[in-house]
Amino acid sequence: MNSVVCISHVPDTESRIKLAPDGRRIDEAGMKFIVSPYDEYALEEAIRIKESKGGDVTVIAFGPDRVAQALRECLARGATKALHIKGESGDADSLGIAKVLAAAIKTIPHDLVLFGKQGVGTNNSLVGPMVAEILGLPQINVVTSLELGDGRVTARREIEGAEEMIEASTPVVITAEKGLNEPRYASLKGIMAAKKVVIESKSVSDLGLSDGDIVNKRVKIVSLELPPEKVAGKKIDGSDPVAAAKEIVRYIREEAKIF
Amino acid sequence: MPGVLVVCELKDGKVKKTSREALALGRELAKAVGGDLMAVAGGSSAASAAGEAGAFGAKKLFVLTDPALDAYSTENVTTAVAAVVGQSSPAIVLIPGTSNGRDLAPRLAARLDVGVASDVDTLTWKDGKLLARRPIYSGKVVATVEIEGVPAMVTCRPNAFPASEGEAATAEVVEVAFTAPEAKAKLIETRVPDTEEITISEADIIVSGGRGLKEAANFSHIKDLASAIGGAVGASRATVDAGWIDHQHQVGQTGRVVSPNLYIAAGISGAIQHLAGMSSSKHIIAINKDADSPILKAADLAVVGDLFTILPALTAEVKKAKEHH
Ligand SMILES: Cc1cc2nc3c(=O)[nH]c(=O)nc-3n(C[C@H](O)[C@H](O)[C@H](O)COP(=O)(O)OP(=O)(O)OC[C@H]3O[C@@H](n4cnc5c(N)ncnc54)[C@H](O)[C@@H]3O)c2cc1C
Ligand SMILES: Nc1ncnc2c1ncn2[C@@H]1O[C@H](COP(=O)(O)O)[C@@H](O)[C@H]1O
Repeated sequence: MNSVVCISHVPDTESRIKLAPDGRRIDEAGMKFIVSPYDEYALEEAIRIKESKGGDVTVIAFGPDRVAQALRECLARGATKALHIKGESGDADSLGIAKVLAAAIKTIPHDLVLFGKQGVGTNNSLVGPMVAEILGLPQINVVTSLELGDGRVTARREIEGAEEMIEASTPVVITAEKGLNEPRYASLKGIMAAKKVVIESKSVSDLGLSDGDIVNKRVKIVSLELPPEKVAGKKIDGSDPVAAAKEIVRYIREEAKIF
Repeated sequence: MPGVLVVCELKDGKVKKTSREALALGRELAKAVGGDLMAVAGGSSAASAAGEAGAFGAKKLFVLTDPALDAYSTENVTTAVAAVVGQSSPAIVLIPGTSNGRDLAPRLAARLDVGVASDVDTLTWKDGKLLARRPIYSGKVVATVEIEGVPAMVTCRPNAFPASEGEAATAEVVEVAFTAPEAKAKLIETRVPDTEEITISEADIIVSGGRGLKEAANFSHIKDLASAIGGAVGASRATVDAGWIDHQHQVGQTGRVVSPNLYIAAGISGAIQHLAGMSSSKHIIAINKDADSPILKAADLAVVGDLFTILPALTAEVKKAKEHH
């Protein structure tokens, strides 16, 4: 059972975000990047499958030099191979990223292709299903449990007010939701072993694509802005609960207009 | 004339609220873009949506009545909507930002090789281009993106657009021939919990509890208020991780992003990851005993006090207010 896991490298959720002078990207200087939290669930699932069924877990990331560090971390947790596609992923839209990843995945044996349900921060939730479409694979999105069968998988997916069980043939694209598993930390042994693995690196042109195919094809960032400061709300003292409750109901009636 | 196409989701033959929001948005956009508002619905009862779609301004409703479309299937719905896009050539395709809408949009965009922006809360048509606004990085940044390609696609954030009706009319029903091919992924079971609980992603009112509740049983204070006011129950991650409540209820970066009309937070500190999920709510009321907690700064009405005394009093006052109404 071979798995490929696509890893996005995103600003730590605690980061203060500064904008670059051109107002179209964030200023990465001094910012800490992490493996996107949902990608950790995807990786953990692949590692568990490898542990029970054998096979490889290949992690792939498309991005600038810093993403190699994310791949190294995934190797330390138990991925067996890593591919770094070097390029300014920030200049590509989601479909561009998907085209690059799909071209790379084609060159690697895969029964499962795993993604996070979204890259935390930009929260697009686009790349996984786009790769599925490009590769002509079925997709099961936002998965909270996964069972393997013979040439097929069954997955649980959460939708509004219900759970769905979906069965698909392999190879299949899965996007991981919180709840799928509890990701492990890297062990010291894993960290040492990861140091010996060579991260393969390719350029976009090595994959038969040109920058023109991917750079800002369809969705361009026009501007990034810091949101307007929230005007301070009204503060009330709740030491008299009934008075506070009456004031809250007044607010709900007059402002939210619910009653 | 190009026009706008809205993908409508139905439930029991009725157009879902998120789809009505997209229709109302589409009606306004169509005025700017030129051309008609059109809608597409699938499944055996698809044509029953014509009245509602019309009331929201749709001139045409494309229907695909293959029973294979009675339940959502990524592959079948992608193929079906792609066929309707081919037939109707819209300038813009609007998809409601529900679980299924967000599953469909990227697949369809890749099929048609067009641009898509997800979870947008504002859309404008300017100089022949579609501009979409979406909050990113936990609401710390607002991005405006330009979507090129015909059609330009978006998923609409639930509750971000008003679901206002247009002039009464019925949409013309256009049958589209479609037979679903064998799909590689199949829905084999749907489990609906047998509660009448409102789910948070589509709720107008959410009452959320945090670690300040102290223990699982005290979620009853939140549930009582939610049921009195007619809202959904939300939760912070701390309470979900503690096993007090199911993950379905979690609001925030690793939970659901919600924008209800009213969000009431009690015993939640307001960590950035929680704010990421609810700061675009229209009205925020927070109850916290710590006057310096970030949730109180994010609130429109900040109540400094003990949730164990305030919530029961509030539930009682809400019941009174409802009776008088
Ligand atoms: C990658 C990542 C993703 C995350 N995603 C999410 C997410 O999606 N959603 C989320 O919520 N969190 C998320 N978190 C966790 C987040 O950082 C906080 O830890 C969490 O939101 C805290 O939950 P809380 O506010 O319930 O608890 P606490 O921070 O412990 O706050 C409890 C609050 O209750 C108040 N309180 C106590 N007793 C009373 C009382 N009697 N009356 C009134 N007030 C009282 C206290 O003053 C305090 O402010 C994430 C964290 C990380 C690192
Ligand atoms: N540059 C990238 N390199 C590798 N994987 C990525 C990249 N961008 C996104 N992904 C994957 O696609 C998922 C969804 O990302 P997004 O569509 O940006 O929300 C992420 O969780 C990753 O698994």
